[in-house]
Amino acid sequence: MTELTEYRQEVRAWLEQNCPESMRSPYRSEAEVCWGGRDFKFQSKDQETWLRRMAEQGWTAPTWPKEYGGAGLGRVEAKLLKAELARLHARPPLVSFGISMLGPALLKFGSEALRQQHLPPITRGEIRWAQGYSEPNAGSDLASLAARCEDQGDHYLLNGSKIWTSYGDHADWMFCLVRTDFEAKKHEGISFVMFDMASPGVTTRPIRLISGKSPFTETLFENVRVEKNQVIGEVNQGWTVAKYLLTHEREMIASTGLSSAGTVPVGKTAAQSLATEDGRLRDTILRADIARFEMNERALELTIERARDEVKAGVSLGATSSMFKYYGTELNKRRQELLMSIYGHDALSWEGQASHEGRLARAWLRSKGNSIEGGTSEIQLNIVAKRILGLPG
Amino acid sequence: MALVLNDEQLMLQDAARHFLAERAPVKHLRELRDSDDPDGFSRTLWSEFVEMGWTGILVPEAYGGLDYGYTGIGLILEECGRTLTPSPLMSTAMVAVAALELAGSAEQRSVILPEVVGGRHLLALACDEGPLHAPEPAQCKAEMREGHFVLSGSKKAVVDGHIAQSFIVSSRTESGASLFLVPAGASGVTVQRYSVLDTHVAATIEFNQVELRPDQLLGPPHQAQGLLDRILDVARIGAAAEMLGIAREAFEQTVDYLKQRKQFGVPIGSFQALQHRAALLFGELELCQSLVLKALHSLDEDSDDLAELASLTKAKLGETAQLATAEAIQMHGGIGMTDDFDIGFYIKRYRILESLYGDRNFHLDRFARLRGY
Repeated sequence: MTELTEYRQEVRAWLEQNCPESMRSPYRSEAEVCWGGRDFKFQSKDQETWLRRMAEQGWTAPTWPKEYGGAGLGRVEAKLLKAELARLHARPPLVSFGISMLGPALLKFGSEALRQQHLPPITRGEIRWAQGYSEPNAGSDLASLAARCEDQGDHYLLNGSKIWTSYGDHADWMFCLVRTDFEAKKHEGISFVMFDMASPGVTTRPIRLISGKSPFTETLFENVRVEKNQVIGEVNQGWTVAKYLLTHEREMIASTGLSSAGTVPVGKTAAQSLATEDGRLRDTILRADIARFEMNERALELTIERARDEVKAGVSLGATSSMFKYYGTELNKRRQELLMSIYGHDALSWEGQASHEGRLARAWLRSKGNSIEGGTSEIQLNIVAKRILGLPG
Repeated sequence: MALVLNDEQLMLQDAARHFLAERAPVKHLRELRDSDDPDGFSRTLWSEFVEMGWTGILVPEAYGGLDYGYTGIGLILEECGRTLTPSPLMSTAMVAVAALELAGSAEQRSVILPEVVGGRHLLALACDEGPLHAPEPAQCKAEMREGHFVLSGSKKAVVDGHIAQSFIVSSRTESGASLFLVPAGASGVTVQRYSVLDTHVAATIEFNQVELRPDQLLGPPHQAQGLLDRILDVARIGAAAEMLGIAREAFEQTVDYLKQRKQFGVPIGSFQALQHRAALLFGELELCQSLVLKALHSLDEDSDDLAELASLTKAKLGETAQLATAEAIQMHGGIGMTDDFDIGFYIKRYRILESLYGDRNFHLDRFARLRGY
């Protein structure tokens, strides 16, 4: 225990010294997120410094092995680091699908050469990744995907399209599910490949959402060259990698239902901006709705904590990532609904500084997609019913 | 504390599950009902609880107990929920022991606790006076007269009041609330037993000018409201643990039934309308499991957020146990409504526990208040 306390002191001292003052507050808007990548323009010197210093510590991917740019931290140490970052209200130095999604897949299924090639640049924020999963005709039924990746001897040629590519127009590389065997059963002919988005034949088209933003693109492939050494896992075994990553993604999305450190809880927000009587919100119906939401939020938080403790203790909960995904996203939708109710007319602004460019309204609209992306709520319930409860059909 | 059971706790859970399935399955409850048992519980079974140490699970070793903590008794109560086993375990071995440990004088503890461990002394918390739970005593009043307190008033919904040797009674005194340890046989005490819908028995108790010595106070005079709230939080978490067992068992039996029962030539569990409802319930139960475990830990650690967690846990478990037991009936269809079939018994026990120590509306309000809105 004393070792850990010492470690905490060390971490605290380092952060105090190295986290620039302007990086010690939550993002005010998405524009302030540091995504990294070849073309990324830092908004400030501090943002750049913060990323560089953290990357040098291996703390942009603290649990990854040191040889790949991580810090090789154990779970407890990583948790401590997280807590110390939260204590300072420090912003993440880097938000990256490379770290949250591709990295875990490479670490589990990738060859040594692929890890060496891709992981270190990810931790330094040099390469920004996009995920190519869904297709116009393969949404909930993802395994029916049709992007054709044909063997040309020393390389593949890729034709087809992907949709809902997050920030596809800003990404440098893509990890992508493609069909490499056209005769096999649908789950058995899929491979997990990577290629440079700057390759000839790749085009992206932004998709405008009801929130007015375009965080996704449609991505088209016309005779795109894919190198043969850029396959993760075995050829035609990509579905295994995909499922692993989906589980990972769902767990990540689940936490969107929880208020992150530094966010004002919904109930407190309401108490600050609405009429109260004896310390209670005068609107008793809204008050009950908020209390129910906060109860579920706390219950989910504790359940995610329990799941982590169970993994540590060697008891696996299995397909529960589906459950977390379901609850996390449904809760976030609920949160946005409540915030709309609390702010009323003021939540409806779309532009201008006072409303932070319509932050509330846009977040509310955007949240409707949470229970669709990464597998719809209905698909999650199907998975729970079949894989956990063992219901037939 | 990590939110997992340790090996010892897993063994306790396993032992409790096997013992109760063998010695006190739902059939046991039926037999008590069908024989019109006046106590509503089996004293033979109770003596077996004693032998296993369950009555002393919270009691310090100095008084002959196991000093095993709240998580332990919570696990046993959860298992009792699965089998709907009636016993004074919660009222005596959890709530009353907690009250004595929190506020009992050395004398009170050394006299009563060893008797509790031995299964010879049963206690009941007498708090509510109206149809809805209210922690503040209203008309029950104890006035100081010539160095004595004189207690008058009545209490209702006293769980195990019909079999208890003593009551923990909340009462208004001159400048606040006080708790008393009142012997059931004291002059002026009338116990009126009544059976409730799940074949358990409870009591209404009248106190008519009952004389009490100052050493019969439990905790500080006039300032016991905080203490009572704390004791009630123990009871709330105990009730939640039992509801978890009820909800889980009802759910598991229902999922089994969905796999067996065929209509239109297929198992009804293949219908997506039912699958999604079952999957949702599964999720709710996982949330509940985390809450109960966390709440029990917070009792063991006496943590600062205990009150908030107690209200959250009681409210959420009420909501989920209601859903699980009602869905159990609906998904069983007609036989779910029959007395021959056990599944309909779960909703009855749930309903009792929902009303005890504050229903979900009470706790929703309390939770919001504790969170400052």
